[in-house]
Amino acid sequence: MSEQMIVSQPAQVYRWPAEKVSKDSRQGYQGYIVQADYLLEFARLLRDEDGYDYLSSLTGVDYPQDNILEVVYQVYKTTGGTGLMYKVQVPRENPVVNSLVSLYPGAEFQEREAYDMYGIHFESHPDLRRILLWEGFAGHPMRKDWKEAFYEEDAKPFKNRWPAGQVSRAEDKVPFHDNVEYPSDFDPDNWVSESETLLYESLKKVQEEGAGMKTDRIIVNLGPQHPSTHGVFRMVAVLEGETVVELKPVFGYLHRNHEKIGERNTFLQNIPFTDRLDYITSMSNNFGYVLAVEKLMGINPPERAEYLRVMMAELTRISSHFMAIGFLLNDLGAYFTPSLYALEERELILDIFEAVSGSRMMCNYMRFGGVVRDLPEGVLEKVRELVFDRLPRKIDELDRYLTDNEIVRSRCEGVGILTPEQAIGLSCAGPMLRASGVPYDVRRADPYSIYEQLEFDVAIGVHGDVYDRYLVRIEEIRQSLRILQQVVERIPDGPILTGKPAYQVRVPAGESYGRVEGPKGELGFYVVSTGKPNPWRYHVRAPSFINLTSLPPLCRGGKIADAIVVLGAIDIVLGEVDR
Amino acid sequence: MSIEEINSPEYVVPAEIRQQVTLTTLDRIYNWGRRNSVWPMMFGLACCAIEMICTAAARFDFARFGMEVMRPSPRQADVMIVAGTVTKKMIPQIVRLYNQMAEPRYVIAMGACASGGGPFKEGYNVVAGVDKYIPVDVYIPGCPPTPQALLNGMISLQKKIDTESLKKVRWYKKAPVEDIPVPVLGPDLVDPRKYEAIKEYNAHLAEQAALSNAAPDQQYPENPA
Repeated sequence: MSEQMIVSQPAQVYRWPAEKVSKDSRQGYQGYIVQADYLLEFARLLRDEDGYDYLSSLTGVDYPQDNILEVVYQVYKTTGGTGLMYKVQVPRENPVVNSLVSLYPGAEFQEREAYDMYGIHFESHPDLRRILLWEGFAGHPMRKDWKEAFYEEDAKPFKNRWPAGQVSRAEDKVPFHDNVEYPSDFDPDNWVSESETLLYESLKKVQEEGAGMKTDRIIVNLGPQHPSTHGVFRMVAVLEGETVVELKPVFGYLHRNHEKIGERNTFLQNIPFTDRLDYITSMSNNFGYVLAVEKLMGINPPERAEYLRVMMAELTRISSHFMAIGFLLNDLGAYFTPSLYALEERELILDIFEAVSGSRMMCNYMRFGGVVRDLPEGVLEKVRELVFDRLPRKIDELDRYLTDNEIVRSRCEGVGILTPEQAIGLSCAGPMLRASGVPYDVRRADPYSIYEQLEFDVAIGVHGDVYDRYLVRIEEIRQSLRILQQVVERIPDGPILTGKPAYQVRVPAGESYGRVEGPKGELGFYVVSTGKPNPWRYHVRAPSFINLTSLPPLCRGGKIADAIVVLGAIDIVLGEVDR
Repeated sequence: MSIEEINSPEYVVPAEIRQQVTLTTLDRIYNWGRRNSVWPMMFGLACCAIEMICTAAARFDFARFGMEVMRPSPRQADVMIVAGTVTKKMIPQIVRLYNQMAEPRYVIAMGACASGGGPFKEGYNVVAGVDKYIPVDVYIPGCPPTPQALLNGMISLQKKIDTESLKKVRWYKKAPVEDIPVPVLGPDLVDPRKYEAIKEYNAHLAEQAALSNAAPDQQYPENPA
């Protein structure tokens, strides 16, 4: 709790009178409440004069008992340090907030998400459409009074399952025996689907601008079923010849309501759900979530647990980057051979995860105040062999085969260039940001766990192109190995969990934002607790979702084949993009 | 199927021509050919797709079963492995892909989500099992199923293929195989097969509202579907 209290006080906050900007005085809450009319000005001054140039997260929260919808902003300085949280409160009937896209272009998709989920209208947003659901969907599902067809109760554990309930099928209780419900005036005969209308309307404008020339502009859909889109991701491009004139990503094909379910789960039940966010990096996701809740609870894990967490998080980073590189090469046309090399190493790391957690992918390993199990016998030796011997050799091998490969260089160099200013403005994170030359790594900028005691360098690129993103990933694998070598040497004996293992944890009322440097970038969890067993609000700042904000600007003006490579270098995982 | 099984002709083949002649049934040779080249569609939805890739990769290698040819096009694929959570936004595409697959076609529901919604079943954008829309041949439990489990599921599919007979398979019936109506995204996911049920239910609600002249009560009618 104590580190949360020391929020650096920016000069702006003092300068503004209390009726415009006031401290959030609710119990356990931090940050400031800005009156909606002054939001733009306050945010601009905070960015320009106080140096809070990085909008990390933006999300809505619903407080029906006070009849307000709140928009929560987390801003940071790219020079490092703790961040600042500010909020805007608007009435539920008429939620209108100024859009921050003009200040932080990275807010674009996040504001669309808040609009989609809460119905908050962002004034002067360039393209305010639904993002995860489709146009025409009835209602804004994250509002507390919105209930889906399979709704049972507000909070788990549900009475029909626990303590000695009878389980029944949800299908037997609803009118259509399926997870659907329709407004009472819905008439299937006189109804036309509008799910795609707005999207194509906005693209038609771009298409028609080119009319009059000898070539026609055509609209091409890539995805959601397309071998290069890394899952169910869809890009709709307007092409002139082979050149991309406009490109819009379409999300939501894997939107599985992580946050709505997360608000119903108990705090502990959410840990296995975080595994399924970015399913390649489950250990890192666990890490981010337990940090956020530990901040609220005010507990710290014992030292051995910290080492174990860092060990698992860094192994995850290595396996994720191996996969990213393998599949980037897939997109370049090196069909499956590099990814087979990458997957071979990943299997060895998965063996370790399976040994410690019992599952290859969905580890569910961390707990509030520690980890769930200690290392079984022989695992530390395996890790030692991997990080001192096998993986350094293998990364050198990959480096030797790929880095100077002529095709890799000619396809990647100078493609998808992002300047440092753009990268910060677009809220890019992780290798995307660092490849543009911004040495921002949460492990160094705002250290958590034991990273302060570990020696490693922040890998950065210079040119901000696809090739540098590749190089940064290679270098990060090396740095992670360096961290792991220190961790393996130094890991102390001792307990692995503070307190006793419990099914139900007591989380005091309040809010917290915990973040870690995941393999894809800054992974943040915004958690609001009311003192009940379930979180009131549970929001994930998903790095690959926000990194995708940079996809349209990077693709415009390039060739369609390069759009595939740019997407591959952003390294998305759809479970996290759509949540 | 081993070579001995294919060659179990139930006739006595004279010893002197055993080396030159093989007697088998059409069904056996037909199924033997099909079961050893089941081409999956390159189609991943979520977490399970990663395990599917691992199954295809070096350690597990489903090329051993003749399944390594992943086809990105539904026209060339024999089996659709539904690997991951089926969402309402995605199900129209899945149904369309299934319709586009040529017979004989099979569907494997890989993992808890594809089989019945899994941990995300209660979600407002989740279809509780792909079998609500397309017929499923093999269900594989697990979240996600390990590569071994997927291999086991594929072997189960091979066993299923073994039991089929040319006389009975649907793709040699005279009538064409009908397409499954593609669901539409409306206020919620709308299944064209349920238009009547929706109308009936809404009429029922209107009736109730007229009767009580107040908010319609939440009593649902008996199974309209």
